[in-house]
Amino acid sequence: MKNLDSVFAAYLIGWGVFFLFYVSIAKRTSDLRAEVERLKNALPRGK
Amino acid sequence: MGKRIVLGAVAILLVIAAAYASLYIAPEERTMGVVQRIFYFHVGSAWAGLLAFFVCFIGNLMYVWKREPKYDWLGVAGAEVGLVFTTVVLITGPIWAHPVWGIWWTWDARLTSTFVLWLLYVSYLLLRTLVEEPGRRALLSALFGIFAFIDVPLVFGAIRWWRTQHPSPVIMGGPGSGLDPTMRKVLFFSGLAMCVLMAFLMVERYVLEKMRSEVDILKREAEAQ
Repeated sequence: MKNLDSVFAAYLIGWGVFFLFYVSIAKRTSDLRAEVERLKNALPRGK
Repeated sequence: MGKRIVLGAVAILLVIAAAYASLYIAPEERTMGVVQRIFYFHVGSAWAGLLAFFVCFIGNLMYVWKREPKYDWLGVAGAEVGLVFTTVVLITGPIWAHPVWGIWWTWDARLTSTFVLWLLYVSYLLLRTLVEEPGRRALLSALFGIFAFIDVPLVFGAIRWWRTQHPSPVIMGGPGSGLDPTMRKVLFFSGLAMCVLMAFLMVERYVLEKMRSEVDILKREAEAQ
């Protein structure tokens, strides 16, 4: 099975990129959700 | 939220099934051997990336026409997701090329036009960080996005119009091109799986951009008081 390591490297790196991108979206969404809550509480009318 | 979780679960299951089909069901290619199995992941990612850039292009056109923020959110979601898939294409391609060609990279028409495409959408996202005012940022990036999309037909046509180191097309390649029927089924299944994954990531990125717009509005209200 010559070059099997290249096949696994390609798949693992590819999945890794997608996973890290999803984690970055989840992190940014979570930060923004906290920011929305903070700003809503900061507005006097409590919008 | 429920529909997004279902879409995510379906995307993960399809990607796992596509990997299984690529590694165990597709027959081994005679000249390249096992390393050719990267093809299904590489081409599937390329299709999904180009589709994401097409969605970005539609969002850009619609924004210029209607000037509604939702089209700007669609544009940025398409650009960022397309960029991620193109990054995977640019990583998996050299991993496949090295054992087959003996080199990691060459500046042929397909590889160069794909790299230029990647640079154009990096520029699209950088441009957005340089303009403060939301309406101006959306319009400028929409116009740039329409310009950037010109490279997509070049990427598609590069292996059809010019002689390249990159293999000739096996789908829509004209007479003499084609694939073993099982390979063809696995390729289309992998393409479908990557497109569903792309749709899931794009929905998540769209929701993030929508939320960012809400934060901008709330910040302006807070500053006005």
